[in-house]
Parts: sequence; C-alpha cells; structure tokens
Amino acid sequence: MIRPILSAAAVAALATAAPAAEHGGVKVGMITTLSGGGAGLGIDVRDGFQLALKMAGADNVELVIEDDQRKPDVAVQLADKMIQSEQVDVLTGIIWSNLAMAVVPAAVNQGKFYLSPNAGPSQLAGAGCHENYFNVAWQNDTLHEAAGAYASGDGGFSNTFILAPNYPAGQDALTGFKRTYEGELAGEIFTQLGQTDYAAEIAQIRASGADSVFFFLPGGMGISFMKQYADSGVDIPLVGPAFSFDQGILQAVGAAALGVKNTSQWSKDLDNEANVAFVAAFQEEYGRLPSLYASQGYDTANLLLSAMDKADVGDMDAFRAALKEADFASTRGDFAFADNHHPIHDIYVREVIQEGDVFTNKIVGTALTDHSDVYGADCQM
Amino acid sequence: MRRETLLNAAIALGLLAVPLWAWSAGEPFTITLATRAAILALAGVGLNLALGLGGLVSLGHAAFFGVGGYAMGILAHHAQTFAPLDLGLFTVAGTKSMPVIWLTAMVFSALAALAIGALSLRTSGVYFIMITLAFGQMFYYFAISWPAYGGEDGLSIWVRNGFPGLNTLDPIQFFAICYVLLMAALVLSAVIARSPFGLALNAARQVPQRVETVGIPVYRVRLVAFVISGTITGLAGALFADLNRFVSPSMFSWQLSGELIVFIILGGTARLFGPVAGACLFVALEHWLGGLSDYWHIYLGALLLGVVLFARGGLIGTLAGREVAHD
Amino acid sequence: MTLLLFLEQVLNGLQFGVMLFLMAAGLTLVFGVMGLINLAHGSLYMIGAFAAAATAAATGSFLLGLAAALAAAAAAGAIVEVAVIRRLYPRDHLDQVLATFALILIFSEGTRWIFGSFPLFLDTPPWLSGPVTLPGGIQYPLYRLALIGVGLAVAAGLFLLIARTRLGIQIRAGESDREMIAALGIDISRLYTLVFALGAALAGLAGALVGAIQSVQVGMGEPVLILAFVVIVIGGIGSIKGALVGAILVGLTDTLGGVLLPLLFGVFLDPSAAMSIGSALASMSIYILMAAVLVVKPQGLFG
Repeated sequence: MIRPILSAAAVAALATAAPAAEHGGVKVGMITTLSGGGAGLGIDVRDGFQLALKMAGADNVELVIEDDQRKPDVAVQLADKMIQSEQVDVLTGIIWSNLAMAVVPAAVNQGKFYLSPNAGPSQLAGAGCHENYFNVAWQNDTLHEAAGAYASGDGGFSNTFILAPNYPAGQDALTGFKRTYEGELAGEIFTQLGQTDYAAEIAQIRASGADSVFFFLPGGMGISFMKQYADSGVDIPLVGPAFSFDQGILQAVGAAALGVKNTSQWSKDLDNEANVAFVAAFQEEYGRLPSLYASQGYDTANLLLSAMDKADVGDMDAFRAALKEADFASTRGDFAFADNHHPIHDIYVREVIQEGDVFTNKIVGTALTDHSDVYGADCQM
Repeated sequence: MRRETLLNAAIALGLLAVPLWAWSAGEPFTITLATRAAILALAGVGLNLALGLGGLVSLGHAAFFGVGGYAMGILAHHAQTFAPLDLGLFTVAGTKSMPVIWLTAMVFSALAALAIGALSLRTSGVYFIMITLAFGQMFYYFAISWPAYGGEDGLSIWVRNGFPGLNTLDPIQFFAICYVLLMAALVLSAVIARSPFGLALNAARQVPQRVETVGIPVYRVRLVAFVISGTITGLAGALFADLNRFVSPSMFSWQLSGELIVFIILGGTARLFGPVAGACLFVALEHWLGGLSDYWHIYLGALLLGVVLFARGGLIGTLAGREVAHD
Repeated sequence: MTLLLFLEQVLNGLQFGVMLFLMAAGLTLVFGVMGLINLAHGSLYMIGAFAAAATAAATGSFLLGLAAALAAAAAAGAIVEVAVIRRLYPRDHLDQVLATFALILIFSEGTRWIFGSFPLFLDTPPWLSGPVTLPGGIQYPLYRLALIGVGLAVAAGLFLLIARTRLGIQIRAGESDREMIAALGIDISRLYTLVFALGAALAGLAGALVGAIQSVQVGMGEPVLILAFVVIVIGGIGSIKGALVGAILVGLTDTLGGVLLPLLFGVFLDPSAAMSIGSALASMSIYILMAAVLVVKPQGLFG
C-alpha cells in the first residue's frame, strides 16, 4: 500500500538495438502497474506483450516500460515523459480506469496512438471517443452485461442480489448487469472500496431470499468476500465477471471459488490456434498459467504488429486504418473493432474447477455473441 | 546562521538553474520534475509552519492539499463543460483563471483547516497526530464515494488553466509561476517566524504554560497558525492539480501526509528551506532509485531511517551545522 | 429489517471490534509504557498473516500457522525494537512517526520481494468452518464465533497479566514513572523489548486470525492500523480498558452504520440515491463518532 507519491522512473528499456526512427520501426511506451498492491495485473500485461514480440521475432519495436505505482498523478507524469522526452509513437499498458482517464485524453490529443490492454471506461467509448484510441480488451460494462444475460438466460435465475463497491467502476458494474438482466432484484448493495469484511452483506443476502448473487469485487475484496461467503454456509449460487476469478487470484481463494460461474472474453481452454500457441508459450516462458490480463497484453502487441506490417507509423492515417482492420489472430477467436474502436467479440461463461493442485476455469457456455457496447452510439469520430 | 543563509540561497538558485538548463537543453521532462519539486516544497512550507514552528505534528495535511486540488478540479470542470455550478440559491460559473482558482482553493482549505484545527487542537501530542490522520481519512473516503465529481476516477481537465499574460502550457512558464509562489511563501514564513505572532507560536511549542501565563491564548495562536499552514498547502494542491491536469482522491491519501513530513525532516525540521531541500532531494532520489530496482521502496525506507537515526537536522542541519538556538 | 438479522449484525460488529482490539491493545500498550507512536504496527499484522499462510501451506495445519504467526510477529517486533525503535524513545513524536513510516516501506516491499505480488492463500481449518445455528435460529459462521471467543479470552488474559503478574506490575510502573522503575533496578530495556514483542505478537495473531477469512496481501495492515488509531483515540491512549470499549464501539458503529444508514435514507430518498449517500456517510461514520467523543472528552473515554 505504501507508495510514495513522486514518480519513479522504473525504466526497463527492453528489446531492440535498432532505433525506432529507422524504417518501419515503432517506439512503444508502456505505463503499467509493477509495484504495490495491484502489481500482479500489470506484470501479466507486460509479460503477455513481451511474449508476443518475442514470438514474432519483432526487432523493430522499441519498448520503454515504466511503473505507475497505480497512482494517477504518477501515470500523468510518465505519459508526459514518454511524449516529451522519449517521443514514443504508441502508448499502452494502463490497467485502471481512473489512470486511463487521467492519461488517455491528453495523449491522443497530442497525436499519439493509445492501445488499451485493460481499462475501458464508458467516457472513452462514447462521447469522449477518439480516432487514435483503440481498446483491445473490453468496454468496462461488457463482462457485467454478459453476467446479466447469463443470469436471466442460461442461468435461469429470476431474483438476483447484486453488490459492488461504491466507486465509479462499481456503479457501472451494477448498471451494466441491470442492462441485460431481465429478472427481479432481491437487493442492491454498495460496499466500501477496499472493504475486507463482508459479514454484514452476507447476512443481508441470506435474509433476502435471493436465488443468485452477482458481485463485482476486484482484487483482495473478492478474495475476502468469497472466503467469507463459503464459510457462512449460504449456498445461493454466485455469478461474477472474470476479474475475481483470474489465474493469480484463484489460488488465494482456493476451494471457496469452486463451481462459481464467471464471464470472460477469454479462457485458457479456448480452442483456437492462436490461443493454444499462446498458452503453451506463456507457460514455457514464465512457468505459470497465463491470465486474462496476459492474453490482453498479448493481443495488444499482436494488433500493433499487424498494423506495422501494413503501414508506417509516420503515416498516421494509414496506420490508424491498419489498426482498425484488426487483422491479427486474437487469443479470444473472432475479433473486430466497432466504429468506436472497441471490440466486437463473444463473451463466454466459465466455471471454476480444480486441475490437480491448481484452481482454474473452464468454459461452459456463451453469454453474448458478437457483442459490442452501447456507448458507441454517442461516439462521433 | 550565515552558513545556513548561504545554503538557502544555493538551494533557491539551484532549483531555478536546473529547469533553466533543461529548457535550453530541450529536456522538458526535467522541467516537469522541477515543477513537481517546487509544488511539493510549497506544500511542505505550509506544513512546516504548523509542524516546525508550532510543533503541531499534523498527519492529515493531505486533506488541505486535496481540497485545493478539488477546488481547481471542480471550477475547471464546470468551465470546460459550460455547466454552471448549481448551489441551490444561486449558480456559479466555472473558471479557467488561475488567480480565481487559487483564491478559491485557499479560502476553502482555510475553512477546512479551521474546522479540523478547532477540533484537533483541543488535544495535543500523540492524540493530535492520530486525530489529524483520522480527519484526513474522512476526507479521503468522502472523495471516493461522492459520485458528482468522478469519485475514485477523479476529474480530468483537458487544458491547463490560464494565467493572464503567460502561456501556462509551456513547461518553463508554468514552472516560473510555481517558483514565484514558492518564494513568496518562503518570504511569508520568514516574516511570520520573526513577528510577535511567530515568536508566541514558537514559545508555545516549547513552554505552553508560560505563554499562557503571559496572557497569550495558546489555543488561538495555534489555530491561526494551523489555518495559515493549511491555506498554503491548499494552494499547493491547486497547483499540483494543474501540473497533472487531473485531480483524484489519491491527493487525500494518508501516505501523502506522511510524505510531506518526510520532506520536512529530510531537509531539516524548523529550517526555513528544510521542505524545499527535502522535496528536491526526494524527487531526485525517487527518480534515480526507481531506475535501480522494482523494490526501490526498500532503499528509500532504509535511507529515511538512516536520516532519522543518524543525521538529525536533515540535509540543511548536516551541511550548515547545528541549529543555533532560536532567536 | 427483522430483529434476528439485526442481532446477527450486532454479532458481526462485535467480532470486528474484538479483532480491532487485538491490534489496538498492542499500540496502546507500547504507547503507554514507552511513549512511542508506532505506525509500523500494521506491518506486524501483515507479517503475522503471511507467516500463518506460508506455514499453513507448508504443513497443512492451521494451528501451526497461528503459532508461526505469533512467533514471527514477536520476533520481528523484538528485532525491530532492538535495532531501531530503542533509539527512538528519547526522540519527539515527529521522529517516531517518520522512522516507523520508513519501516512500513521496508516491510511492505520486503514482503512483496519474498512472497511475490499475488495474494496468499489461508483458509479456516475444517473443524471451524461452516455455520452453526444459534438460539433463535441465526445461522452464524463458527469461525467468527471462535474469533469473538479468542479475542475476549486474549482481552481477559491481558487484564490478568497486567493486574496480577510481575510483568504487569512493571508495565504499570513504567506507565506512571519511567525513571523510577529504572532506579529500582529493573532491567528497563529488557522490559521494553518484552512489551514491544507482546504488542507485536497480538498484532500478528490478529493478522493470522483475520487472514483466514480475508485476503492475505501486501498492504493489508494499513487500513486496520488507521482504525486502531481511531480506537485508541476514542478509548484514551494508554488504556487497555479504553481500547476494548473503543474497539467494540468502532466495530458496532462501522457494521451497523453500513447496514442502517442506507435504510434510513431510503425512508425519504429514492433507493439508489439512498444507497450511495448512505454508503458514503457510513464510510465516514467512525470518524464522526471519534470527533463527537473528542468534543466531549478530549483525552478519550478512559484517557
């Protein structure tokens, strides 16, 4: 938790000897979270991104990586540095929506491309969209919408209790769920951000007569909630977005998560050529299973490489058009960009299972097909 | 004292020379770092009035920093969306003018300091530290869960606010503004320290009972000092928000309060230029240590520990010799 | 809300309060005897949780994990006391704040360096998991009942220790006159190390107990630390009794505030506005409680 406020230029200049200015090269600035509490996500995005570069043997991408410590002001500062001093062509890497909102609008207005490997705040998908901004992950509401569709669809639930922390992403999560959910709500609770004890909420769930519970509690909050929920003896089924069931977190939740349904655009058992190669190469390279975030970092790098094959980054219009085509093999299967440069993709339902000693997910269904977000209508590009 | 005066002049000139060099060498990011150091130093100068001179160890000054930041964020937000701020009885148009924003930031952080100070100063010592910390947390949680201005996401301001006659988007010009304000705050601190009010405050730190016996109301003197202190820190908050063109609840975090204290001790407690030296050193350290390892906080912690245990008097104390008994 | 649900929430508040007491007791003891303000107390809580998780994972035994937590936190406390804290007793609070702030940086990043960036796994033991049915039909997790029991037992033990034992006499003497007990020939530096290690062990125990139902991660100590500060300010710094009363007050206020305030606002606001305003106010409720106590009694309830 303790991270001093000032910027740390944790520079890990990787990759290539060839300067980006040379023919066909691109200089990429990655601002992501590598220290402190949320570091696991940033490390996965970074590793996925670097793996894709390595597998493609790309020697014309110069990558500068910096640690934002999950602090908006540090991220802004690093973006200034990347743009002013490093003169990068493309920015990427930010994990959190609040950091993205602090960095992205200024960066794209200064003529840089931004490829988002994780955050997808609604403002940037709607009225605040920009031609240089591409989201390779999802719009923030997407996985919650999928959970809503699953709950009243294949899940067969009609009386769901919903809860999320009281902050913008939490409010968006409940809105997203309600957008596609067709049943009744047994209750709706906002918890505190960073809350660690959910006894009071679990008691309310038990008393509510709900037939299912939808929760969005990212990071440590989800771990605490699931452990306490399992221990409380309440056996109402849980549904949630993939964030609380990612590979890094599941091991800390343990058996308490078994059987829980969660929605994701990716899963390690997705059977397509790109994904099989990715999962195998990631395990070989890093000695652990890839997560959702690693797959997004990997896709982001491959999108970039596909555009570099078609156009020079110096010709912004051509490069932008090349990015828009999304002509790369995504780990999630079919992938295309909608008019607001956010993905059109399928969202799956996964179930938490145990494979030997390792807790992981397997796909049990599809919640949404060729889904794109609702905010695109407000986007004027 | 003369050695310290020379050292102070060297620090002031150094903080000016580095960005000027960076400007001529075309290194805009170094100017941004220097601006950051100047703004954090300004916040430290504010805290130093309460902490160094008055002995009031506030671990909640981030509250005023954040109030200043949000004053900027809210006014500029309403200006950029052209939606006046509706206060029920009347509406206020937003503004992109720095002087107006500064004034608002100072007024509101003064009010916050008055409220927090009035309650907290009823206590002293460890109680005071913990209470100010808790009030800071209260502001933090409020900022996170209050949805009107972005909650945890914070507010982005597209373009830096303006100052008549200057182009604030030019890093060196914005630095100049911050530098001038920092110097003004230092002059103000020096004047306060020598004034009867400053002497009373200093005496109240050492022997409050005697000050009370002379007929000076200690509580009121401390409260005034606390309010001035909070006001300066609030101004720094508005500048900090403008530097980043962004405000978020992280400006209220208790770690930031802790870091303001770190600046003061690193530079030298109760020294006029202590916070300036401390903030510059801190910015530089983090810049370099961060390049060494992902786990650079360990080194930073060890270094801070070393300063507290073995280099009492901080940077200025070490370089300028022991503190001469205060006037 | 039914009466039963309300009673269950009271029980939850009580359990939260009792765990806060374990944290606050160490803080207030260290302050009372040595006059030291220790921001790094939350790090000892974290060390307890990590030691328990690592040991439980290696041996499969929750009790061994608890023992490891106590030992690791006490050892860390003793080492830190001898190496660093001891030099801080004659210093003012400012130096103490800064030095212990530096210790947080070292402990947090050090833990991340050793255990990595992902949370660790620690579960309740099988013989304490699942719910039990209380009189009146409340289904309540057995583990949480055990937490209340352990917390109250530790509180009772602590009172006995201070009231009845030789160490307790020395602690009480140290609280009222530090120079005097040194003059009486008591090895004061050993006493200080003991008290600090005792406080650290309590924090480590709390970390391990709570870690089984929460996320064991770097930085888990700081939010609890701040709550523990609120507790001892309300109770009166240096008073164990104050810490117990303060902890239970804060536990109940936090839990019941979160449940009742949104309901209260729901009476005259539409549900989603009531939810968000009520939640916002609930997150501030303990600080409001603290301010109210201070207006009436600036030295806390038992200060």
